[in-house]
Amino acid sequence: MTSGRIKVGSVLRARSQVVLTHEGGLHARPAIKLTQLAKRFDSAVWIALAERGPWIDAKSIARVMAMKTPHMATLYFAAEGEDADEATSALARLVESDFADGGDEGG
Amino acid sequence: MGKNVGIVIVSHSPDVAKGAADMVRQMVGTNVPLAWCGGNPAGGLGTSVEAIVKALELAWSDAGVVIMVDMGGAETNSEMAIEMMPERRRPKIIVCNGPIVEGSVMAATESSSGATLDRVRRAAEELYSR
Repeated sequence: MTSGRIKVGSVLRARSQVVLTHEGGLHARPAIKLTQLAKRFDSAVWIALAERGPWIDAKSIARVMAMKTPHMATLYFAAEGEDADEATSALARLVESDFADGGDEGG
Repeated sequence: MGKNVGIVIVSHSPDVAKGAADMVRQMVGTNVPLAWCGGNPAGGLGTSVEAIVKALELAWSDAGVVIMVDMGGAETNSEMAIEMMPERRRPKIIVCNGPIVEGSVMAATESSSGATLDRVRRAAEELYSR
């Protein structure tokens, strides 16, 4: 997992990337956990399967599931806003931890 | 409870309704008010206005409730059930146009983060609106 910032136009965008080691890829349950975590941040948060995008709203469960991300794909996160750095590193950590934490109670 | 938008699942089959509710509980968690009903009073396939009213009361939240239905009578009976609810609650209950299983899980995912009634409805309907 790596994280940092890049400049997009005049905006500094937080970034991170991580390999999806979760068996079976980003299927329903991990996708839900990822979306729930993304929604805890005020920043706009995106997810992509390539550094150049297309960037997808990481807070939309329908869109994240529709990515059909396979096992061992590299996931890219980007965020813009007050808590952008926290958002991108928390999401990468969730993926790296094999979705062990970051879910809601009972999830 | 009462902060997050509630979900009511109405199917002609109690097995389908219960199964969809199980998926919501196991995948999304327990912080979303949830109730389900299915089958007619005689024990066959169908839906019952009374059972829907009970489910609406069980899953009631001041943030509102979305109803996920499977087909035909489930929708018309849900609309009749809304009419039987106290008048001030009616504007906060929405029958959604989305797939009953996926829509319920997506609506609950949205609700679990404290989203508004309108956002929860949009999540439930997203798969049918593309």
